[in-house]
Formats: sequence, structure tokens, C-alpha cells
Amino acid sequence: MLALQILIDGFAISALYALGATGFTLIFGVSGVLNLSHGAIMVLAAVAAWAAGSVLHVNTYAGALIGVATALIAAIVTYFVVVQPIQRSTRIPNEEKEIFVLTGTLLWGIMIQELIAYFFTNNAKTVLPIIEGVVNILGVRTPRNEIFTAVVCCLVIALLWLLVNRTRTGKVVLAASMNPRGVTLLGFELTNIYIVVWAIYGILAGIAGVLLGMFLGVSSYSVGPLTASAFSIVVLGGLGSVSGSLIAAFVVGYLETLTAYLVSPAYRTIPALLLLVIVMYIRPQGLLGRR
Amino acid sequence: MVQQGLHSLRLGSGRLGLLATAAAICLAAPAHGQSGEPIKIGVIAEVQSIAGAATPGGAEIAADEINAKGGILGRKIEIVSYDNKSSSADSVRAFQRAVSEDKVSAVIASYISEVVLALEPWAARLKMPMITPGAASNEITKAIHNDYEKNKYTFHGYLTSAAQAQLVCDAAKDLLVDSLKFKSVAIMSEDAAWTKPLDVGYEACFPKAGMNVVEHIRFSPDTTDFTPIFNNIESKKPSAIVTGISHVGVQPTVQWKNQQVPIPMFGISAQALSPTFWNDTNGAADGIPSLAVATPDVAVTPKTKPFAQAFKAKFGRPPAYTGYTAYDDVYIITEAIQRAGSTDPDKMVAEMEKTDFEGTIGRIQFYGKDDQFTHGLKYGKGLITGLMLQWQDGKQTSVWPKEVAKGQLKFPNFVKVTTN
Repeated sequence: MLALQILIDGFAISALYALGATGFTLIFGVSGVLNLSHGAIMVLAAVAAWAAGSVLHVNTYAGALIGVATALIAAIVTYFVVVQPIQRSTRIPNEEKEIFVLTGTLLWGIMIQELIAYFFTNNAKTVLPIIEGVVNILGVRTPRNEIFTAVVCCLVIALLWLLVNRTRTGKVVLAASMNPRGVTLLGFELTNIYIVVWAIYGILAGIAGVLLGMFLGVSSYSVGPLTASAFSIVVLGGLGSVSGSLIAAFVVGYLETLTAYLVSPAYRTIPALLLLVIVMYIRPQGLLGRR
Repeated sequence: MVQQGLHSLRLGSGRLGLLATAAAICLAAPAHGQSGEPIKIGVIAEVQSIAGAATPGGAEIAADEINAKGGILGRKIEIVSYDNKSSSADSVRAFQRAVSEDKVSAVIASYISEVVLALEPWAARLKMPMITPGAASNEITKAIHNDYEKNKYTFHGYLTSAAQAQLVCDAAKDLLVDSLKFKSVAIMSEDAAWTKPLDVGYEACFPKAGMNVVEHIRFSPDTTDFTPIFNNIESKKPSAIVTGISHVGVQPTVQWKNQQVPIPMFGISAQALSPTFWNDTNGAADGIPSLAVATPDVAVTPKTKPFAQAFKAKFGRPPAYTGYTAYDDVYIITEAIQRAGSTDPDKMVAEMEKTDFEGTIGRIQFYGKDDQFTHGLKYGKGLITGLMLQWQDGKQTSVWPKEVAKGQLKFPNFVKVTTN
């Protein structure tokens, strides 16, 4: 009974983590950018979906779409306003650009966070679930929307896999992550590839944010922890490795759920962080990292 | 050359000194307050949170009313607001600025106990009368009781945790034990300064009211997933969950509804006191009760409804609880200044202690130097009685006590009323 409860709850939260971390690692893999405004973009999506529902009174589907669209726009804006100017700058030495991008996206995330707190308070907001009600799975009362969340996450990740491995655009993106110079020599504009990747990222982060808003609720305080959890999942899985991130997301998700149920909800995040430290010691490149 | 240089330097510094003195005289003048200068009251509040956003607004409405009648001692009242971003460090900085730069005569500060406890020594050090419109911890009044001469500048303008626990138990006795025959509760409180004495109170008074405490959970205020907590509580089969929550509110409420936890909620949920709570939770608030001091629809005193209407007219929504108390606090402070005939802090404190004022939340008097809760609000019949409200169909409906009840306690369909 308890085991099944942990299995179900852990799956939903892990699937959400996986979705959130995939986009994060994709951007790093292709353009070498660690986007520290990740949590802010997720929270922005959830708050936009909430606002669409309770301020503009649109239905839940439209609200969710508005949330995802907001994240998509925010991701593109992040690329053009924060990342691209730093990458193109001739006044910042090349070897310092990564640290500038880190700082830039971090500050950008804080700006979004403060704006959300200013306009919508720092208390939590929740998105109205798309599917109401609960089902009984072998004695475990499970919200239908939790199952919906898990299914959507798995579907989106599957679609992403198809996109990357089975379409021309996807193959170009993959090639760019392996050898950017080679791709440009073949006549592809790197900027266009980056825009595609940031757009994919925006959609993934948006879906993850809206689903998280339905499942647990988010506040402007969630910005830091969400960025940190995506970061540690990606580092655990191996920077830039999408499959590594997926495995790491499930490891972290289940470790947290087990701790919350069997030890105490207060210590939820601690074992996963300890695991991260241990992995850093014995396998610094992460579970499936290449470098 | 050198001497000349030194000489001109000395001359220069002499001139500078003169200038500085002149400037100081000019700058210091308002602080001494000629009759035309406004009396300033600082409001340090959690402007970005559901519960704290109403604080400055409540104070402003009181100031507007007083100014419309000609002010106090022929001087206008001016509210100076500071956003503390729910942080103790920001609050201390705001307090220092309020005293040293903005020259306020009193401060209304915060609904968070940790913040008020951080400010209390500063009120003592800077001899600045301070009143909190919403914090609850017993520690605030305890410090005043234990070192009166030092800490007498702080006043506790909201019910202490001990008083709140007792009122919740009184309500539970009538609503849950006598009417619904409930026999047990699980306590679920956030880990914060105000809930420590609250939980002690709950543990003591629920058994006396006729309900066993079968589980007691204190969770971290940054908890996001409440499923394991509800799961644990459900396995203990209590008749009701009694909450002590303020920093959290939306998330446990929404998850309670989404997961259809079949146990009714009771107790204190400070965010549920805000009129925005229904929207914040997308209606999951339905059936959530909470102890309150006032709501827009209940005439706790003849002043309650007119204030709520004035607030709504000015800000477009009814006030959260800190709006009512901040409004009353401005009157408590200004009437003390009126009686004292000056803004001298010691004279103000002496007069604030004599407060007997009918506010929006009841008749306000403070416990004295020798009482256990020095400078805490007196509560009971004829003073502040509190009330239990419940969210029903998008509205806060009062359900207790009988005198002000407009409806009956009712729970959503997924809640199963059992008499375990």
C-alpha cells in the first residue's frame, strides 16, 4: 500500500523533473549555455496560466496554452536579450563568456522573480487541473490529473526524441551539439539553430511549469529551488546528456519521495544532494557524461 | 607655503563646519516638529504577500479619516510605508531608516513573529513605540513582561498564539464536539515561531474540549508536496485536521482538494483570511475554516463594515486581517499622542497602556505590566472574541460564535464526517 503510493507519487514527480531538466540540458548540449533563469521561466508559465484562469476567466485548456506560450516567448526573449548580446560581444574575452552568460541569466531570473512577486504576491499560485477527480489504483487514491501529468511528460519526452532523431531539424540540432563549426561549414546558420533550440526549450519548460502549477503549485520562492533541482539533475546525469538527465530525474524524484514518506517531508531534498556530492567525487562527469 | 596651506585648510574646515551646523539646524527643524509638521507613522509590512498586503492600506484609511477631522494636536498624520519582503534583515533596516531618516513617531510592523521579535530590541534601543498588527508568538509579550523598562515600547496588537489556540478549542467544542460528535484531531502546523506556543495550546486544550490528539505534525514552511503528510494523517484516522498555517496556505489547500483527502480542516489558516484566497486556490478553498478577528460581512463592532467598505472603495478589494488591525493601530497610536499632548515616546507608551478603544476587531485594551501577557490584547466577552469563518461558495461566511454566525459549518462532498 505505502510502496504503491511511493511508486505512483514518485513517478509523477520524477516525470516532471525529467521534463524540466531535458530542455535545460538540451541548451547546454547545443550551445554551451547554462540557463540559470530556468526556474523563473517555469514559474512564469505557471503564474501566467493561473492568471489567465482566474483573472481573464478563460477555460483550463486555454489557460494552460497561454502558460506554455508565455514560457516560449520568455525563452526567445532570454536568448535575444541576455544570451546573444554576450556571445556576440567583442568586449568580453571569449574565455569569460560562459561566466557572463551564467551571471546574466541568473540576474535575468531574479528580475522575473521580483516582477512576479510584485504583481502577483510571493504566495503560491496553483493552476486549475485539466482533469478533476481521483481514481483508486489498488487502494491508493490518486488524482486523475497526476496520471495526466505523468502521461503528458512521457509523451512530450517521446516527441522530443522523435524530433531530435527522426527529423532534419533535429539532426541539425544534434550535429550542432557535436561540432558547431562543422555545421556552419555545411551552410547552416548557427543562430537559427539556437533559436530552434531555445524555442523547444521554452515549450518544454512551459509545459513542465504549468503541470507543476497544477500538481503542487508554485510561488516566486520556487524560482531558486527549481533552477537548483534542474541544475543538480543535469549535473548528476552528465552535462549535456539528455538520457543521463532522464535517468537522474527518476533517481532524484524517487529518492526524494522515499525520504518524504519513510523519513520526514522536512528532509526531502537532502539525500539527493548527498548523492550528487558522492557522484562528483567518484564520477565527476556525471552518470552518462561524455566529458 | 605649508603654513598657508594649513591655514586655508583650517579656514576651509571652519567654513565647512559653519555650513554643516546651518544645514543641521535646517534639517533638524522638522524633527522637533513645529505645529504644522505632520506626525509620521511608519508601516513595515509584507507588501508582497497575501496576508501583509492590506497593512499599509488599512493604516492609510485611518490616517485619511483623522486628517479629514483636522488631525491630531493640529498636525496631520502621515503614513510612511516600507516593504520588508518578508525578511527580518530588511525590516530592521527599514526600522532604522524610519527612525533616523524619516523621523516617525511610531511604527506598525509586520504579521510575522520572527520579524517582530527581531524588531523588538530595536524598538527598545531607539525608544520607538511599535505595535504589530498580526504577529502572534507569545515570546513578544514575554519579553515585555520579563524586562518591562527596556521592552515596554512594543505592543502586541493581535491575539497571542495562546489566545488563538484557546479560541480555536472553544469553537471546536461547539462546532465539532457538541454538534458533530467528533472525538479526535490531528494537529498540522508549519514550523515557525508563532506555532510553537500555538501547538502547546492545542495539545492542552483539545483533550479538555473532548478530542484526543492522535497525530502532531510540524512541517517546514517550504514544503511543496503535502501528499506524504496527508497520507500519514489519514492512516491515524482523526475526525479532523487542525491547522496552524500562515506562511503556507494555498498549496496544502489545493492539494487537500485535488487529492480529495476525506478529513475536514479546522483551526487557523491565515492566508484564508484574505479575500483573494478563493482566486488564489481556484476555489479549492471551499470548506476551509479559519479563526479570524473580523470579516467584511460581520459587524463585529459598528466600525467593522464601514471600514471594510472604505477599504474596498479605495483598493478594489476587501481587506485581509492585517488591514483591520493596522487601521485600529493608527487610532490607538494617535489617540495616545492626543492624550499625551506630545510624541514623547515614554509619554506615548504610558497613554497607549490606558487604551480603551472600540476598533474594527472588538474593544481593545492591553494587559498590564504585571499580567502574564504584558501589552498583549485582552480577549474574552465584551473585548475581542474572535470568530470562525468558513469559505462557502466563494464567500467568507461566519459560522461561530452564534451571535455573529451567518451560516452553518459545511464541508465539501469528498470530506467524510466520521466520529472516530
